[in-house]
Amino acid sequence: MQVEFRLPSLGADMESATLTQWLKKPGDSVRRGEAIAVVETEKGLIDIESYDDAAVTSLVVTPGAKITVGTVMAHLTVEGAAAAPAHVPVGQPAASAAAPPTPAAAPQPAAVPAAAAPPAAGRLRLSPAARRRAHELGLSPEVLEQQADAGVVHVEDVERLAAAARATAAPAEARSAMRSVIGSAMARAKREIPHYYLGHTVDFGAARAWLQRYNAARPVQERLVEGLLVTKAVALAAAHVEGFNGYFRDGRFERAGAVHVGTAIALRGGGLVAPALLDADRKDLRTLMHEFSNLVARVRAGHMRSSEFAAATITVTSLGEDGVETLYPIINPPQVAIVGTGRVAERPWVYQGVVSIRPLLAVTLAADHRVTDGRIGSRFLQAIAELLAAPERL
Amino acid sequence: MSEPNAAAAVRMTYREAAREALRCALQADARVFLMGEDVGRYGGCYAVTKGLLQEFGPERIRDTPLSESAFVGAGIGAAISGLRPIVEIMTVNFSLLALDQILNNAATLCHMSGGQISVPLVIRMATGAGRQLAAQHSHSLEGWYAHIPGLRVVAPGTVDDARFMLAAALACPDPVLLFEHIFLYNMEGELTAGLESVDIEHAAVRRAGRDVVLITYGGSLHKCLAAAEQLAAAGIDAEVLDLRTLRPLDDATIMDSVRRTHRAVIVDEGWRSGSIAAEITTRIVEQAFYDLDAPVARVCTAEVPLPYPKHLEDAALPSPARVVETVKQLLAGAGAA
Amino acid sequence: MNAAPPAPVTRERGLHLLREMLRIRCFEDRCVQLYGELKIRGFLHLCNGEEAVAVGTMQALEPADAVISTYREHGHAIARGLAMNPLMAEMYGKESGTSRGRGGSMHIFDAHKRFYGGNAIVGGGLPLALGLALAQKLKRTSGVTACLFGDGAVAEGEFHESLNLAALWRLPLLFLCENNLYAMGTAIELAEARTDVSARARDYGLAAWSVDGMDVFAVEDAARNAVAHVRGGQGPVFLELRTYRFRGHSMFDAQLYRDKAEIEAWQKKGPLITLTTRLKELGLMDETDYQRLEGEARAEVEAAVDFAERSGFEPLAELERFVYAEPNRV
Repeated sequence: MQVEFRLPSLGADMESATLTQWLKKPGDSVRRGEAIAVVETEKGLIDIESYDDAAVTSLVVTPGAKITVGTVMAHLTVEGAAAAPAHVPVGQPAASAAAPPTPAAAPQPAAVPAAAAPPAAGRLRLSPAARRRAHELGLSPEVLEQQADAGVVHVEDVERLAAAARATAAPAEARSAMRSVIGSAMARAKREIPHYYLGHTVDFGAARAWLQRYNAARPVQERLVEGLLVTKAVALAAAHVEGFNGYFRDGRFERAGAVHVGTAIALRGGGLVAPALLDADRKDLRTLMHEFSNLVARVRAGHMRSSEFAAATITVTSLGEDGVETLYPIINPPQVAIVGTGRVAERPWVYQGVVSIRPLLAVTLAADHRVTDGRIGSRFLQAIAELLAAPERL
Repeated sequence: MSEPNAAAAVRMTYREAAREALRCALQADARVFLMGEDVGRYGGCYAVTKGLLQEFGPERIRDTPLSESAFVGAGIGAAISGLRPIVEIMTVNFSLLALDQILNNAATLCHMSGGQISVPLVIRMATGAGRQLAAQHSHSLEGWYAHIPGLRVVAPGTVDDARFMLAAALACPDPVLLFEHIFLYNMEGELTAGLESVDIEHAAVRRAGRDVVLITYGGSLHKCLAAAEQLAAAGIDAEVLDLRTLRPLDDATIMDSVRRTHRAVIVDEGWRSGSIAAEITTRIVEQAFYDLDAPVARVCTAEVPLPYPKHLEDAALPSPARVVETVKQLLAGAGAA
Repeated sequence: MNAAPPAPVTRERGLHLLREMLRIRCFEDRCVQLYGELKIRGFLHLCNGEEAVAVGTMQALEPADAVISTYREHGHAIARGLAMNPLMAEMYGKESGTSRGRGGSMHIFDAHKRFYGGNAIVGGGLPLALGLALAQKLKRTSGVTACLFGDGAVAEGEFHESLNLAALWRLPLLFLCENNLYAMGTAIELAEARTDVSARARDYGLAAWSVDGMDVFAVEDAARNAVAHVRGGQGPVFLELRTYRFRGHSMFDAQLYRDKAEIEAWQKKGPLITLTTRLKELGLMDETDYQRLEGEARAEVEAAVDFAERSGFEPLAELERFVYAEPNRV
């Protein structure tokens, strides 16, 4: 019967060898234990022997070739009864021979108990890094102590605690400081920018219905807010109608290539900031919502970067659901436009030829008359209204 | 003299306690015999075995030639065969000549044979420094041996443990290395009334405290107790934990002390690098990290071969003063550099 | 030496010894192939050429005697009576092996047969043998301990310590030095200032003899005499068995340190040829006997390979067992 003669492993660290010489040729017979070839290894020349009494049928590897352990070198015809039954051949040593591997996922060593022992009641479990950060941030011990029994306090927790402490403990002086800053900016805007105002009432029914269907099919964290539809509509309109997206500087209008919508967010304790949602015209609603939520969280935690404020190319502002119906906003220089909305109010309206109660949204544009006029502004507002009427296109 | 301790407290030296332990073991079990250099006629290098040859005869108290490898191996072979040999290696310094037998045979035979044979051998060794014996006679290698799976390593630091740890070691089916610090032999102490046995699995709190735990063993135990007294005068309440067994380490008791005190100082006469103190520090980090108010500190022997002159030797070894200084720095907020 | 006359050479005795040597030879040769096929891993040290030493010496021992060996131990183990199935399974590292697979080729143990390894440190077994013999003496048994080692061990300090201590304490210890003239790749004349090993043992106060290790009858006779001497309380004995290793030190050995001509010369007077020739000359056996015995030996080895192949490995969850004794565990 035919047998494959393979290069044997001769040592624990042997991987390959070079065939130096065949000691037999096809047709020769070879006895069990007799050398059939000579191979060269790192340790020198070694004879390799036949395991059976056999005749050489064919030689596969030529002298000079470097081969790996297990390579078929020759075919032999073995006399007599079948040799050992088909055990796992050399080609698959890894499966069985290596099966008792260096234990990677070893069982629990009995000597070392698990690290999770219950903390002493009332003990603050502060990591060393957190301890140092708390010190750097000047976080008061009382605030930290409240975390006792709350599990381990890490660096991020300390940062969060510090930010919250800053926000909630904003003293009256800080509030009035912010108000005076806002005041000067608005004064400058009124002084320098010739505002014109346009208002438009938008039937928000379609948008609201679409939104309800959209949100019903999604988990809470993926649901959209109404204001986001306005933001997206403004962004798309600003990308298509010239003159509302950019800066007025050095006596002229600089059109911005990208649309970064400044989104007004109220601060707890008073004050308003409007960091940008970048490239708002190009992102889908889901992404924008995610970024918006992130913005709100960071603003409230005090984690804003100044670049995020400076990036806005147009601003959208709103009074929210508790506000009045119409908002007349003031432009944030050096921007050239701002869109404001009041609350969505249920009012009688002519809808498809009959008077019915419809959710109405008053959308107001304040724009810089040095850059655009009422005619263009009207086109801009109408574009927004059309987009809100067909929310599936947002 | 194998009566249980009388109601009145008995005072004896550590040496006497060790001798009494040997005597009781030899009397209690005919399989027990003692082998080592100068254990018989000389009476033992540290006089621990004085009088035993006269009492038990040369077959059970065997003087050996200076052939550490041969007689440690012989102890292993006899233990495999069902006897209970106690091999005395004069000091841990000479055990290096028998390292092959200890590691490659005693520690390993049970595993290599798939559990067929065990090696119930006890090896007693004197260890430690402080008598100006210079570099080759001053090693503390018990931490090194504690690295090896298959061995058990114990270090009696009190008179109670010197008296009763041997019996526990003899009852154990595994090889036990029992280290007696040379400074302890003359130490006098009280045997706890009514005590009849101890285990070799657990650490023991020798002094309870609140502000810091001094974790130590063997020859450094009394130094830590002295340091604790000095610290108490300074208003610092130190707990002193006697490890008693270095392999296995009693993690549960160690962590309990750390969780209560939140600061740990390990006092170990081995050299600092790769010491048993380093091992314990790591275990504390693994198991009680969030209970620490300060980094773990170590007081170990300085990284030099032990010098001969007294002032240098004293400076190299752990001392109560160094322990006190380390604790104070720890409490002052000094972290690891 | 006050030797008893050699035991008679009979067909029965001769075929028995031949069978035992063939079992070893077939086992070793099969291991070569298995190692080449990566079934056996690590280090593999074979005793081709030294079968007469293993068989002849083990014949002289009783079950209550103890045996200590080296990493070149397969022949000793088989001759001592360890079953081939668990022996082969141990080579494979399987759970059904003599040490549950944990030891491998160099660490064969069988507590029932009082076969205590299997030591990979040259000379490392001699002190253990002292202890086994000491226990026999202290327990007042008539048992002896046989300690097998090679010429390489003569260089180790433990050899000298052990011979001295054995003689000093008159231990019932039989030192069996398998002198195959090479300690790995170092010829004995390059390692020892005095190569007459038995003379050096005599210097330590032991009774010592040299024996032709290729002649299984001579080995058995010498071993029986030596055991009688030891068992009779006359102190330890040292036998130097002069033999030769046909294969390399271990599998991966280019044998650059010796001539092929030398190997071939020794192979012509190997233990199988020596015995077979003698028995045939005396008309006590013929070629069919040889074929039959060899066939039976190969079949036994094949069955052992089969057993090993079919056996499983210890589960990973057991990794940390057997570091310490488990007295209460079934």
